[in-house]
Amino acid sequence: MKSMGETQEEYYRGVRMVPYDLVKELVIALVGVGVLALAVSAILSSPDVPPVTIAAWAQSDPVDFVTTANGELAGSTTSAGYGNPYDTNSDGQAWGPIAPQKWFGTRIPIDSADMFVIQPLQRAAVGDADLDAALKTWQSATSDQQGKWTDAYGKALATATVTGGNVVVANGDYGPLPVMMSGLLGVAQAGGLDGLLQINGRFYQTDYTPALLFMGDGGYLSAQAEHWNLLGDQWGMMNETGRYPGQTWLWLYTMWYQVPPFTSDTGFLGLNASNADLGIIILMTLLTAALALVPFIPILRDIPRWVPIHRLIWRDYYAPRRKVL
Amino acid sequence: MQAAKPVSVKDKPDSWTLRVRQAIDRQLPMDHLLPHRQPYYVGSWVYVFGVVTIAALVWVVVSGVVLAFMGPQWWHDSGVGRFFNSLHFWSVQLFFIFMVLHLWGQYFMAGWRHGRAATWAIGVVIFGVSILTAFTGYLSQQNFDSQFIAVNAKDAMNAAGVGAFFNVLNFGQMYGLHIMLLPIGVTILVVWHIVVVRARGVVKPIDPEGAAPR
Repeated sequence: MKSMGETQEEYYRGVRMVPYDLVKELVIALVGVGVLALAVSAILSSPDVPPVTIAAWAQSDPVDFVTTANGELAGSTTSAGYGNPYDTNSDGQAWGPIAPQKWFGTRIPIDSADMFVIQPLQRAAVGDADLDAALKTWQSATSDQQGKWTDAYGKALATATVTGGNVVVANGDYGPLPVMMSGLLGVAQAGGLDGLLQINGRFYQTDYTPALLFMGDGGYLSAQAEHWNLLGDQWGMMNETGRYPGQTWLWLYTMWYQVPPFTSDTGFLGLNASNADLGIIILMTLLTAALALVPFIPILRDIPRWVPIHRLIWRDYYAPRRKVL
Repeated sequence: MQAAKPVSVKDKPDSWTLRVRQAIDRQLPMDHLLPHRQPYYVGSWVYVFGVVTIAALVWVVVSGVVLAFMGPQWWHDSGVGRFFNSLHFWSVQLFFIFMVLHLWGQYFMAGWRHGRAATWAIGVVIFGVSILTAFTGYLSQQNFDSQFIAVNAKDAMNAAGVGAFFNVLNFGQMYGLHIMLLPIGVTILVVWHIVVVRARGVVKPIDPEGAAPR
C-alpha cells in the first residue's frame, strides 16, 4: 500500500506518461451523450399516464368508494389504524426494540373518519337539509350505535348494486349512513371531493397527503397499479407505466420484497412480512454501508485480484510484458 | 509536487488567505487538476464511463433547469414541455447506466487502492444520493406513476421513522427537494469526487510494478 503522503510525481515515477486531452474527452462526451439523449427522447418520448382522481374512482367503482368511506367511519381502513406518523391507533412496525415508527410521534396527524368523510360532508351539507340532519344524527349517536350502523352497512355493501351511479343496498337499519354516503358519493362523482380533501385553511396547497391516503385505502388505485405492474409483489418500485424503464437501480431493494423471510408470516429472527419494510430498510442500509467500506472488507476487496477482468481492462499494460517474457 | 509560491517579506505569515492558497497549491496544483499527460494504461475504454456519467449529469441538470423554470403544468400540456420531460427522463436513465458501469469498472480495477478509499466511498455516497434524487423526481412527475409510488413507498419511509420528516405524499416537499437541495448535494459530491481523483491521480493496474503477469 502506498503511503497517503506520497505525491503524484512519486507515485508515477517510472511510469510512461502519454498525451491525454481531458477537456476534449469531456466535450466529445457531452456532445455524444446529448445526441443520444435527444434521439431517444424524440423517438421514444416518456411515460405520462394521467393521475387517478377521486371523481374517476367514485364514477368507475362507486361500491368500492362507499365501502372505503364506510370503513373510514368504522375505523377499519389502513389509514384509520395506521399508527405514526398519522395517529396512535397501532404500534406500527418494529423489530425487537427497534421501532423508529414510534420514536418521532404523530407529526402528520390524520383523523381519517373526520378528514375524509365528516369534514367534506359538513361543507357539502350547506343548503342540504337532509344531509345536514343525517350528519347531526350521526354525530349525536353513541360510538356503539355508530359501530352497529357501519357494521350492518358494510355487510350490506358486499352485495350492493349500482343504479344510475348510486349504490343500492338491501333494506336494513343503517341509521343516517345511506344519506351520508349518497351525499359523499355525489360530491365525489362531481369532482368536489378532490378539492375538499385539499382544503387546508389557506388558498395555496401542495400537500396531497389526505387525498392519497384516502385513495390508498380503496381498491381502485391498487387495481390500476396492478394493471401497470406497479404493486409491491410485482417488483413495483422499479417499474414504470407503459413499456418504459422505471427505477431499475432499485432492483436489489425491490428483490427483498419477493423472497423469505420478508414474504413469510413466520419469518426468521423476528423479521417477517408484517415488518418487511423496516427489515428491508435496515438490510439495505447495512449493504450500502458495506459497499462504501469495500476497501476495508476482506474477500470483497480481494475479488478484483482473483477475477481477471482487470487484465481485460488494462490489456495494454500486460501485453508488452508477455512479449518480453 | 509543485513548489509553493515564494512568500514576500511583506506578507503576514499568519495570513489565513495565504495558508489556504498554499494548501490548494500543494494539494491540487493546476497541472494535477487539468493534466495534459496521463499514464499510458489510462487508454482503456473503462475510463470513459466516468466522463460519460458526468456528461449525462450535465444533461440531467440542463433539462431539469428548463423544466423547473417553466413549471409543472408545462411538461404535461405542451409538446415542447413533454419533449424536455423526455430529455430529462432519458438523461437520468443514461446517468444511472453509466454510473453503474463506472462503479463496476472501478470495482474490478480495485480503484480504492493506494490511498483512494475515500474516493470510492464518496462515489458510493453519490450513488445513494442520486437514487434519492431520482426517487423524489419520480414522486414529482404528477402522473399516475408518482401517485402510486407515493402511496406504496410511504410504508417503508414510515416504518423507518423517516416518514415523519420526509413525507412522500407531500408534493411540495418532494418537488423542492428534487429541484434544489438534492441536485446541489449530488453536484457538490461529484465535484469533490473529481477533485480527489485528480489530486491523487488514477490508480495503477492491480499487479505491482515488476511483477510477472499471470
